[in-house]
Parts: sequence; structure tokens; C-alpha cells
Amino acid sequence: MTVTEEPAVTQAPPREVGRPRRRKEDARLITGRTTWTDNMVLPGMLHLAVVRSPVAHARITGIDVSAARSAPGVVAVFTGRDFADEQGSIPCAWPVTPDMVNPGHPSIAVETVNHVGEAVAVIVARSRTAAADAVELVDVDYDLLPVVLDMEQALADGADRVHDHIGSNESYRFVFDAGEAGTGADTEQAFADAEVVVSRRFVQQRLIPAFMEPRAVVVQPQGDNYTMWSATQVPHILRLMLAMITGVPEHKLRVVAPDVGGGFGGKLQVTPEEVLSLLVARRLGKPVKWAETRSESLMSAHHGRDQIQYIDIAADREGNVKGLRCRILADMGAYLRLVSPGVPVLGAFMFAGIYKFPAYRFDCSGVFTNKTPTDAYRGAGRPEATFAVERIMDELAVELGMDPLELRRKNWIRPEEFPFTTVAGLEYDSGNYDAATQQALELIGYDELRAEQQRRREANDPVQLGIGFSTFTEMCGLAPSRVLGSLSYGAGGWEHAAIRMLPTGKVEVVTGSSPHGQGHETAWSQLVADTLGVPFEDVEVLHGDTSVAPRGLDTYGSRSLVVGGAAVVRAAEKVIAKARKVAAHLLEASEEDLDYSGGTFSVRGTPGAGVSIQEIALATFAAHNFPEGVEPSIDADATFDPVNFSFPHGTHICAMEVDTETGMVKIRKYACVDDVGTIVNPLIVEGQVHGGLAQGIAQALYEEAVYDADGNLTTGTFVDYLVPSAADLPHFDTGNTVHEAPGNPIGAKGVGEAGCIASTPAVVNAALDAVRHLGVRDIRMPLTPERVWRALHDGGDGGDRATAGTNAYGGAQTETTAGVSTPQSALGGDR
Amino acid sequence: MSQINVRVDGVAYTDDVEPRTLLVHYLREQLGKVGTVIGCDTSNCGACTVHLDGAAVKSCTVLAVQADGGEVTTIEGLAQDGALHPMQKAFHEMHGLQCGFCTPGMIMASVDLLRENPNPSETEIREGIEGNLCRCTGYQNIVRAVQQAAGEMAGSASAREEVR
Repeated sequence: MTVTEEPAVTQAPPREVGRPRRRKEDARLITGRTTWTDNMVLPGMLHLAVVRSPVAHARITGIDVSAARSAPGVVAVFTGRDFADEQGSIPCAWPVTPDMVNPGHPSIAVETVNHVGEAVAVIVARSRTAAADAVELVDVDYDLLPVVLDMEQALADGADRVHDHIGSNESYRFVFDAGEAGTGADTEQAFADAEVVVSRRFVQQRLIPAFMEPRAVVVQPQGDNYTMWSATQVPHILRLMLAMITGVPEHKLRVVAPDVGGGFGGKLQVTPEEVLSLLVARRLGKPVKWAETRSESLMSAHHGRDQIQYIDIAADREGNVKGLRCRILADMGAYLRLVSPGVPVLGAFMFAGIYKFPAYRFDCSGVFTNKTPTDAYRGAGRPEATFAVERIMDELAVELGMDPLELRRKNWIRPEEFPFTTVAGLEYDSGNYDAATQQALELIGYDELRAEQQRRREANDPVQLGIGFSTFTEMCGLAPSRVLGSLSYGAGGWEHAAIRMLPTGKVEVVTGSSPHGQGHETAWSQLVADTLGVPFEDVEVLHGDTSVAPRGLDTYGSRSLVVGGAAVVRAAEKVIAKARKVAAHLLEASEEDLDYSGGTFSVRGTPGAGVSIQEIALATFAAHNFPEGVEPSIDADATFDPVNFSFPHGTHICAMEVDTETGMVKIRKYACVDDVGTIVNPLIVEGQVHGGLAQGIAQALYEEAVYDADGNLTTGTFVDYLVPSAADLPHFDTGNTVHEAPGNPIGAKGVGEAGCIASTPAVVNAALDAVRHLGVRDIRMPLTPERVWRALHDGGDGGDRATAGTNAYGGAQTETTAGVSTPQSALGGDR
Repeated sequence: MSQINVRVDGVAYTDDVEPRTLLVHYLREQLGKVGTVIGCDTSNCGACTVHLDGAAVKSCTVLAVQADGGEVTTIEGLAQDGALHPMQKAFHEMHGLQCGFCTPGMIMASVDLLRENPNPSETEIREGIEGNLCRCTGYQNIVRAVQQAAGEMAGSASAREEVR
């Protein structure tokens, strides 16, 4: 169109990647102009309320809905029988073994209920309050069945069963043996030959993701089309799965994730309530809304963690590790949800951490209990693995009389050894564990803290000080599709992006990643601004609507930037490649003679001749003067499939005060240095680390989903389930080292889960370091004052918050005898 | 039904409400003030915090009838004449929010905190907002935001002093 004498852009804008850009997202969020799903009101919309089981395990012998049906404002009441033929099963996308048993997961119970909170009826009413009132009027008769709560008991011969129609409470047994896989030596031999063996039983308590925005769903039928708005992390997966299980054809379904208030894995799900909302809307032909209360959310949205871990470590007397053996019981809860069985498997390859174990065996049983199903929660498998290895390294250090950091240093991968193939077969990409550790030690003021610890010990101070480490890595950037295939996951791990160049030179970026607080709109704008050379402000990022962003695999597993951002960069590169042809035509130059910089093509050796990307966009729109045989579009899309995971790492150090008189623990200082590869926006990266730390520390100190002996969740409100407040958390000192992820177009490794994965063992190790000299060898999470006090004064690990006979109770004390196999540890299986 | 007269974000309303209607439900469902959100059902999370007659309240813990004759300010009415409140600006500047769901309540509580204590220490800020839960930020940047807003508001207050 117009070829100007002077390039429109005379000065290259400053590089956006690395700038602490304030977020574009904030404007609507700080002024209340938000689009949470529960804000939606549609003409004629009906409200749903779910009647939930008050018992953990029972046969439904009768449901009387007559009173509810005749209540004012109630339009309809449905039970499981009404949807039995069309509800299908909540999908499980990850059959981790060929013989994994999936009992099926009805969205609404038909014959039996298997956990407290399971849906048994749905009220449809003209208002939220009318629906809620009618819940009280539904009369359900239950024939109680034995309740299965304890995983170890659940696996015993003759145990009561959660599901009558399957043979046992074991869903699957997943084994990774490095000797068999050819990635390591024979584990049994390593232990037989070992000079030192330390064995521990760790309990990963059950947690609740507790995203701040409760879940909500709105469904609008339009003819045979349905639009669903949902507070979900995974609109694309949700659309696909809803189509597969309800028979509504995929092209007749549109799923929108509007503003979503946090997820942390908790909204990585296809929920019974989403299915029910669609079924009711289809049945009645009316728009419907379901919005949960917090109590409903805590009771029925999926939970996380909940593992019993038997960990054995073998070493020689000099502290060279020789082998690691992990027998894991992972509580699935009553049913398998989207990736329930896969969560422990995501950890299976991470138990070796950053250490050069020559031998490794992982053996995990997925166990059914009469509890809310478990599934992804921030870190999903990797926090469990990191906790186990970082705790057992401390235990080994104590056994050997070594400094815990010295032991780690002796065994971790050296910087010159990258890329390093681990005993679990993963290829760690890059990093420098020493450098991160040195920086973290300086950040926390290590020597002074050790001196103070010594002073307090000598003075027999009632407040003792401890220092705990976690030198961790994690695998991020989920995921190479071929690897997922080899692990029997039901989908790939690629991500999609598209870039649309508008005639005015503005840029629309479509991403298949679906944010819920991460700041994609800002970070993606930075990536595109740099790659295309356009102003940050000229980029609009579109997401979270399957009709706007038609292809995507959504947001989880620290994958958004690493995979989704990479797709955006690739799409932008394609735009430039297409624009290059147009530029060459407009500038009457050969493509090879063009340079592209700062948003402008210029002709090498011809000063002053140039055309900007904005001018090309307009020229493409008009298409009056276009190269022969070239389609008039410079829009492009890209699908990025990583070839490897990325491996962020870091060193976290916690200094903890323990009041030996009250059992109160208090984090004095917390410092961490994380290597997450290239940092696109330091503000966002720091924020992600902070938030992750809060959740990891919360597991160590505050949070636990507790069931009583009848299977009632006794932590079913925010009164009882302790999400920490500002007053419960310390100031964090954070830092970074940067080793770019090789093979990633951005060099980024992922940061969403790092803080959560790393911090928990650092906190527990710190507390134990404070009181080991008083005879304490373990304290169960969360480290409540009561538990700490009991561990100090009664011995053991502080015991339980729950009734005997439940998993939270655990049945027995933590085994603390190094190197001795007890009946308790042998219960884990045949090793 | 009870009739109430209430001023919300500068607009006068006369409405019939059920006696059991919570203020937050009145705001969201009858007035469409959906900027104020509901995060729990036990008054723990503070996401629904608004100002009633100048002081922060959790609007899930106040009946709509209790607001009769009162003046309510929500997050939607905090900015004046198109200019963000210093607290809103500070949350943006200091990255004091991620998903933003707790943010309306957090901002309203923080404004009230500075009303009572214009120059709080870090500990006073942490304790002052402990009735408001955030799951994303770990609170550190929220504390920074409140500190920044305190500085800015103190600056403009002393500037006003000087003018007098």
C-alpha cells in the first residue's frame, strides 16, 4: 500500500521480556467490573441446588421429593433415576495401568452413595433461595453400609469394600523400577549391599484446594446448541469431555471460562455439577445456574494430596546415596475423577529429586475410600515426592551425623553434568544447585542464624530455633505429547496460539491456555510485543472461550508460559514470515535482503527503505497490491509440543522458632532462590512464588481435611479448614538464578508450582531441627501447637487430629527406628 | 417483606427485601452490584467486605434490613470522578492481586484499616487484614500495597495540611 521513505518506527522499543509490567488484568479486578460466572443473569434463568448425601456409604432405598416439588417456586426436582440413562460417568482421562479398575462415577447417585456430599437430588427453582429452601424438604432413606476410611486397612484381606462390584479397594498398582527400566541398578541389591538404611513412614495429609471463587456453572440452551459458562481451568477439556459423556455433539457445545477466581488444580476437573447443569438445561430447555456455597465446595469439590509414604534410603557411611525405595498408598477417595490416578504417577519420576541415586523403585497403590475424590492440587504428585526425598535426606544426615546441606551437596547433580539423565529416566535440562544454594544462604543470613541456634541450645531457651532446607527440582511444562502417551494419558500436551493482525495494526492473540489469575494477558502481550515489535498496549489477548480460542489444552502443571507462551512466540514468528513476503513485494526487494527489527522490515544496504508490520497489516486487509499467488493474510497460528519437560529448581531455607512450652511454631525467616529459566515478568514470577510458598507452608503448618470415624468431613467450613491469613504467614525473601530451558523458544521453565512444591519439607525440616536434640524425630503435618507439644512431651510424632480409624489418624505412630523394617512398614507391601 | 431505604455508591434505593436477606445478596441480586462477591458462608473470608456508614463490614454478616437508612460503599463506588482510590492504585502497582476474587473485599478492608490507623506497621497491616483471605498472593504484595497507599494518602493529607 504505502511505502514510506522513512520507517514509521525510528527507535526500537525497549525489550518487554524481563520488564515488571503492571498487569492489564487488574483494571477490571480492582474496580469490581468482573465477569465471575455467578455474576451472570440470563432471562428466564432457573437456579439449581444440590441435595447431598449426609452419609459416607449407603444404599439409597427411597427418595421422596413430593414436598420439595410442591414448594413455592420449585420448577422441578430430579434424582439419579431421572438421569441414570444419560449421565454417563465422570471421565477419568488417565488409566495409569492397563488393568486399572475404574468403578464408574455417576454425577448423581442412583443406587448407592460413596462419600458425604455426593449428589442425590437436584432442585430447580425460580430463585436461589427457593432452591435452597427446598433442599431441606427432600427425604432420602439410606441403608447404611460399612465405611472404609483407612487406606492401610482398606488393602487388608477381607476388608470392607467401597464398591461392591469391584474385587478390592485397590484401583491400580503402578510400579516404576529403575533396574527393570534400564535406567538404574537393581534396587534390592543396592539395599542388600548398603551400609546404612533409613526407613520412614510419612503422611501427606489430605488438603483442599480452596480457590477463593466458589465454583459456578451457567448453561444456556439455544435450540440444539448449548453454551456453558463455568468457573473452570479447562474449558477445552471440559467441552470435549461433556460431549463424550452426555452425547451432546462437540460442535453443539460452547464452553466459556470468564473471569475465574483461582484454581490451583481444584478447577482442573469435569465436575458432577457441570454435567448436571447441562442435563437439566437440556431437559427443561431453560437457562440454569448452579453456584456452590463454600461448605459445599469444601465437601464436594475434589481434594488433594493424601498419601502414606514408606520411604527407604540406602547409603554408605560417607554419605553417598545408593538407593531409594518408595512404597506409596494414594487415596483416590470414592471415585476416579479426571486425573486422580495420575497424580501420584506425576510424582513417580521425581522422588529422586536432584540426587544421583544409582537405584530407585517406586511402587504405588491407588486406594478407594469413602471420601471425596482426590485429584490435582498445586504441584500434583511433585510436592509429595519432594517432601519424601527432602525429609528422608535430613533423616539420613542425622543417622550419619552429617550436616544436611553437606549430604545434599555430596549427592546432587553438578552444573557441568547437565543435561543429566536421572535414575527415573528423566533428562534434567539445566541448572546450578550450588549457585542457588549459596545465594539462598546469603539471603537468609545463615551463619548468624546457626550461631543464634547454638546460643539458644546452650541457654536451654524455651524457644528453640531450627533451620530447614529443601533443595528441589520439579518437572514442568506439561507436557511432551509422546511422553504422555507412553504414560497412557488420554490427551496430548501441546498448546495452541493464533495471532490476528488487524487492519489498524492492532494485534489479537488467541491462546488455548486458560488463565485464572496468572496474568496471561500481560505476559503474552510482552512476548508478542518483543517478537513482533509492536507496542505492548496494542496487543489484546483472547482466551477461555471455545468459540474464540477453538483449540487448547488449558492451564495446569506450570505449562502456560512454557508451552502456551511458546506457541504464541511461534505464531508470531509465522506472522513475520508471512509478512516478509508482503514486505518484499511492497519494497520491491528480495526476501533475503530484508531485516526485521523493531516492527519494521528494512532493506539491507538501502537506508531509509522500510515498511512496518502495521502498514503490512493494512496492505493485507486491502489486498490491492499483493504478491501473486499469496493469500491475503498474515495471520498465523501455531501448535507447540515440547520435546521435554522443563526442570525449575531452587533452594528454600526456613528458620523456625519452636516454643517448647506451648508447641507454637513461628517462621522467623524464609528465603528461597528459584531458577525458573527466563523471567518474562519478574513481578508475576515473584507473585507466583509468594503464593506457592503460602500454600506449601499451609500444608506444613495449618491445613488438613479431617474425616471422623463415620466419614464426615469435620473441616467443612473456613472456620475449621485453616486457610492462612496475612497474620499467619511470614515475609518471604526471594531471589532467582537464571538458567534458560534449552529447547524452549522462551527459555522459560515454569513457576506456578515451585513455591508450593519446595516449601513444605523446608518448614518441617526446620521445626525438627529446632527440637531434635530434645528427642523429637518426626512431627506430623500440619504442625499444630498441640501436635508439636505432644511430640515434645509425650514422644511420637504428635498424633492425630482425627478419630481413630481414619486416615488422618493413620492408625499408628510414625516409625522412627532407622534401618529396621517393622510390621508397620512391611504393611506397605512385598519388598 | 420489609421496605428499606439505602444509599449505595451514591444512588438512593427503596426496596422490599425478605427479612432474612443478607446485605451481600441484596447488593448482588437486587441491585446488580456484582463487584462485591461471596467467598464463604461463615464470615471468614471477607471477600464481601463493603463500607456501611463509613466502616468496613462483611456484607454476608449484615442483614439488608440493618442497612436501612444507611450509606453503603462498594468496590464499584470507591473510585471518585474516574480517579482510582489510592488503595486501588497501590494494589495494581504492587501486584497485590492475582485472580482478583478477594480483591474487592481486601481493598475495602484495607481502606478501613488506614482510616483507623493511617500509618500501620507491617505487623499491624497483617493483623488488620486477617479477616480477609487471599489464596493467590501469599499476602506479601498486599502488605506492600497497603504500605504504599498509606504513604500516598499521608502525603496528600500533609499536602492538604500545608495548603491550609
